[in-house]
Order: sequence, then structure tokens, then C-alpha cells
Amino acid sequence: MTNEANKAIDANSITIDGETVPFDAGQTIMDAALAVKIYIPHLCHYPGLTPAGNCRLCMVEANGKSVAACVTQAQSGQQVSSNTPELNAARLSITQMLFVEGNHICPSCEKSGNCRLQAMGYYLGMLEEHFHQFNPRREIDASHSTVLLDRDRCILCDLCVRASRDVDKKNVFAIAGRGIHARLIVNTASGKLGDSNIEAKDLAAKICPVGAILIRERSFDSPVAERIYDRQSISDTAMTEHVPRKEDDRG
Amino acid sequence: MTDSKSSKSTATGTRRIAIDPITRIEGHGKITLMLDSDNHIQEARLHIVEFRGFEKFIQGRPYWEVPFFVQRLCGICPVSHQLAAAKAVDQLAGINQLTPTATKLRRLLHFGQILQSHALHFFHLSSPDFLFGFGSDPMRRNIAGVLEKYPDIAMQGIKMRKYGQQIIEAITGKRVHGTGTLPGGMNRPLSQTWRDALLADIENVLQWSKNALRLNEQIHTEHPEHADFAMFHSNYLSLVDDTGALEFYHGGLRACDSGGTPIFDHQDYCDYRQILREEVRAWSYMKFPYLQQLGNDRGWYRVGPLARVNNCDAITTPLAEAARRRFKAFGGEGPVHNTLAYHWARMIEVLHCAESIQHLLHDNEITGTDLTAEKGDRRQQGIGVIEAPRGTLFHDYTVNDEGIITKANLIVSTTSNNQAMNESIRSVANQYLDGHEITEALLNHLEVAVRAYDPCLSCATHALGKMPLQVELLDAEGKLVHRLVKHGGAETRV
Repeated sequence: MTNEANKAIDANSITIDGETVPFDAGQTIMDAALAVKIYIPHLCHYPGLTPAGNCRLCMVEANGKSVAACVTQAQSGQQVSSNTPELNAARLSITQMLFVEGNHICPSCEKSGNCRLQAMGYYLGMLEEHFHQFNPRREIDASHSTVLLDRDRCILCDLCVRASRDVDKKNVFAIAGRGIHARLIVNTASGKLGDSNIEAKDLAAKICPVGAILIRERSFDSPVAERIYDRQSISDTAMTEHVPRKEDDRG
Repeated sequence: MTDSKSSKSTATGTRRIAIDPITRIEGHGKITLMLDSDNHIQEARLHIVEFRGFEKFIQGRPYWEVPFFVQRLCGICPVSHQLAAAKAVDQLAGINQLTPTATKLRRLLHFGQILQSHALHFFHLSSPDFLFGFGSDPMRRNIAGVLEKYPDIAMQGIKMRKYGQQIIEAITGKRVHGTGTLPGGMNRPLSQTWRDALLADIENVLQWSKNALRLNEQIHTEHPEHADFAMFHSNYLSLVDDTGALEFYHGGLRACDSGGTPIFDHQDYCDYRQILREEVRAWSYMKFPYLQQLGNDRGWYRVGPLARVNNCDAITTPLAEAARRRFKAFGGEGPVHNTLAYHWARMIEVLHCAESIQHLLHDNEITGTDLTAEKGDRRQQGIGVIEAPRGTLFHDYTVNDEGIITKANLIVSTTSNNQAMNESIRSVANQYLDGHEITEALLNHLEVAVRAYDPCLSCATHALGKMPLQVELLDAEGKLVHRLVKHGGAETRV
């Protein structure tokens, strides 16, 4: 883009893949993109929750520098590349790594069709896992009467941690350990979900993008063809996602 | 296609014939024939050489996930596994009674499943043997050959299967591996659109079912040589309803001896462990079940269409009942033991399915929306038994206090027919292979005997399979002297 063109851009706007996108002060690149219905792939971002930059799927190039769109503030004149073959190839690899790191066996997972990881695989054209399976055997926590925690499916997005801490105000979950040893833990003396005060109505119990945190015994209650991603692409559903606002609570 | 073929005698004069792999069955099997020095069949073994271990890796999973986990055992009869597991899960969730609509939807789903599976087996896999002859040109002895020479028959079979699959799709959302069952019910009603679409074709399906039955009656009445093919007397096990009539979805267990006398009747299937035992033999991953009362020598039995039609006192739909009476008359009013009569019985069941589907589709409750029952007190053991297309299917799960599976036991229909398939192979081998040159046509006679049971070796070993047959000829010392490997084509390689 020429200097003259840059000058033409409004002071509070950026470009994403060549398209001019306005932003409000303090908005991230992700917020600005979603506001004008531009989809930047992401798994750990959920509007209304503090962004964490965990999953790295939203990596974009801003003025030639690789940044996570969900945690990088938009700056006037910023030129952002997102939907490029190179970045999408990297996103595909990240998605494949998330698949092999856990036990994501879609055929027998009740989250199938409603799972954002699975939907991301479809969105990015993932046809195989590419990497060797880790086949982890992590503890399944079925101690709670209404909520089940299957750690073999956890992708460490930390959405449940933020939802429980910032929205439910219960602080049920945390990520312990670092790197390959990182794991989802429950903040109780026993470490068991059954000893926590989580409830099925909590956002933390419902926000899991995969089948790691499930409401018990609902089983496959969403019929095939009526599940979220049977009807819409993840790039469409992302445009309407937001944690319940106070005005929503008022009804 | 025969991959390898050789024939020589050992110093002792004994030979071992192996058919490996068996074709046009579901799964991967191998037959070993052990000949003595006089070229008589000493022993015949159907080896199941695949292993999956579903019973093991289901352990540690939440119980409500089970129906969809175990349906992946099979791509032909996943509905059977889903329904058997769902019945067990109902018990685990403390539910004794489903809503009328949920019960009818499950029954409709099951009839659709049996219809498509039976049509697939007879038309796609077995009809070439009967239409062209057991020893006919293998290049033509397949569904493509049937399509070419008997296009009406082939197309009716294909359309019947399609119709059964449409029922499955209407209820589970997909033709293969959909969802549908929930603990205590179903996850969506049958839409009026689907009901109308299925009703629009049911008269055709009925007519095609009658045609298929007539073809099988002709095959057996006009070819008396079929009566002796792989024929032997056996016990039979199946479900029957309260009145003793044919029942696929829910009933009591009935076992009859070879004379048709009940060994036990209306037995609660939840007590199956008291009446059945499973024997493990070193040479096969497939177990050998037997009736505990008779012991492992005499207690083996057959399941599936032949067992069901032999065992039941009646069939609740008129056309199938009339067909059953003709079948009984053919057997002199006692049990029909002809192994090839499995096909005949299978087509009687196809007609029963078509009639039952028509009846259910005309029932207004089938589109009801009251789909789930209230859960009760959770139980620690759930046992679901149904009549799958290939025979009685047992699913037994134990859970801990948190609802996690700690133990699973599956007795799949093909497993129950294990000993019977070995007997059939021995019978045919004695009749057709003893002292003869080993040819593709002769080997197909062995396959025809196994194929009659519509075995699903993938289910039985809980394996992902191609459909090949391997036959080996062993001498008395166990040394391999002859081996044939077939992959389903017609090419023969030495």
C-alpha cells in the first residue's frame, strides 16, 4: 500500500487482507474483525471473556510481525494479513496437533457436531491427523452429579477457567504445570469436581469447545442434522457468540 | 482371487488345506482343513484372526456413551449394536418402560436395519451362488454378474436395501452410524415428511419381498441337492415374544433341541449368564458359546434366521406367517436343519419386516413427540438383548457408582454360530474336497457353507475387516502343504 493510500485510511482503522476495518480505541484485532464479520479462526477466544492467546490459531501478520489477533490491540494504519495460504497451513498444523494430543474420537463423542475443534478441522480442510497420536490416559472425573470432566479431550483453551473465575465467580478450574505437562485441575482439596460448587447452569460447565466438560447423561440429545455445525460453519457461528450480557440476564 | 496355490502330499500322506481369506462375508476369516493319510477330513477349523477388544476399551467410559461407541463395531449392523446397548443403558439409567412412540421408533429402526442387512446379504453376497451355481465362473459370480444377467432381481435387492437404509436415516439422521437412542428414549421424532416418503414406497418393498421369498422357495424346492449341503442337526436359540411368536426387539429366550423340544423357554435374558457359557480355544479370537445345561460338547447351538423361524410358534404378520407354515411343511413340521435354508428363513423375515414397517408407518403414534421416559434410580448392571440380523445379540455392562463402565461382555450373533460354522465346513469338506483336486469352485463350496450364516467376523471379534478367505491344508504333524488366499476377485495365482 502506498503512503498516499495509508493517509486515506481513517485514523481509527486497520486493514485486514486489504479490507478497511474500523476499530474503537482499545479493541483488539480480533474484536475489530468480528465487528465487521471478518472471521479469524480461533478456539480459545470467546467475546465477553478476557482473551488469553492460548490456542494460537488466530495468529496473523500485523505489519509483517506474527501476533495473536485476540490479544493484540488494533493500531491505526495496521496492515493485517490473516486469510493467507501460509497462515491457514499453520492453523491446520496447530489443529492437527490439538487432535493428536488428546483422544478426540469423534464417532463416539457426544460433542460431535457441536464441537468447535471438529468444526475447525472441517473449516481448515483437515483430512487426517498427520502427527502421531499421543493416546493419553488422563483421569476422567465423574464424581460430580451433573457435570463430567474428561481430561483426555481437554485442549487447554482455558475458557472454563476464565468463565468460572470471571463470570460464575466460582474459580473452579485452573491450568497447572507448563508445556507438555500442562493440565486442567479442579480447585478443591481433593481435586475432584464432585467437591466443587460447579453447577450445570454455570457458564464454565457449558463453554467447553470440545467434549472435555459435559453435562452428564444428556448423551447424543442433538439429532444429526440439527447440531450446531450441521447447520452452520464455525466462521458463521463465531459472529454471534458472546457470553450472556447483563441485559440478557434481565431478559 | 487366489493368491497362492499348491498341492503336495507329505511323507505321511496327510495334507492341510487352508482357504485364506474367505470372500463375500463381513470380516476376515481363514479355514484350515486337516486331512489324514486316507484323504479324509480329520478336522475343520474356521479361524477368526482379527482382534479389536471393544469389551476392554469401553472400560472407563461413561455409560451413556456406549451405544454410539459400540455401534462402530460394524458398518452393516450398527443399529443392532446401538439398540442392544441402548436397552442396557435404559436399565443403567433406571428406566423400565419407554414411551409408546419411542418403543415404536426403535422397532421401526430395527425392522429397517434387518431389512437392509438381509437384502444386502442375499442379493449382494449370496444370490450369485444360487443364480449361477456354486462352481460357476467366479468372474461372473458376483453382484455385477447378477446385475448383468438378472437385472430385475439385482435392482430389487438394491432398492430393498436402500429402503431399509432410508428408514435408518429417517430415525438416526444417517444411513450408517447415526444417533437416535437416548437413555430411556429417542432423540427426535419421525417427521411427517419422512413418514409420507416411506409410505409411498412400502407397497413396492412388500412386492419385492414377496418376490425374494418366492425365489428362495423355488431354490430350495426345485433343488433337492441343497437339502444335504452342510446339513446337520443342532440346537437353536432365539428370542420369542410372550406368545411364542417371532420377536426381534424384546422378548424371552427360547432354546430348542434338534427335535424342536424346548430346552428352556421364556427365559429372562438378564439371566443369560446362568444358561450360557463361553469357551475359549487357542486357535481363534472368537469364543465358542454353549448352553450350560448341555455342556460344551452338546450345548452348542445355532442362532439367526433359521433358528428364529424354527423356534417361533407363529409370526404376527399374515404373509410371513403363511410363508413360515410353508417352511415348516417343507421340514415335515419339525425344525429345518438345512444350512442353506438360512437364506429361505432370511427372506421370510424380510417379508415380516416389510409388513411390520407398513403397520408401524400407519400407526399415528409413530410421529408422536413424547420420546423420553423419566429416569429412575441408576443401576449398576445393564443387559440388553435383541435379535440382530445374524442372531441373538447380548450386551452386558457393569458400571461403578459414578456411572463409568467397569466391565463389558458382548456375545455377538456370529460368535454363537461359531461351532456350527465349523461343523458346516467339515460337512462340506468331507463331501466336496476329500480326495479331489483343490479348485476355486471347490473352495467356494466351503465359502457357501460359511456364507449361509451371514457371518460378521468384524462384529464377532469386536474387527475391521476386508472380506478375504484363506484356506490351509495341514499334514498330521501340522506342517503346511497347501495354502490358498482369495481376495474376492476372480484372478487365480499359483
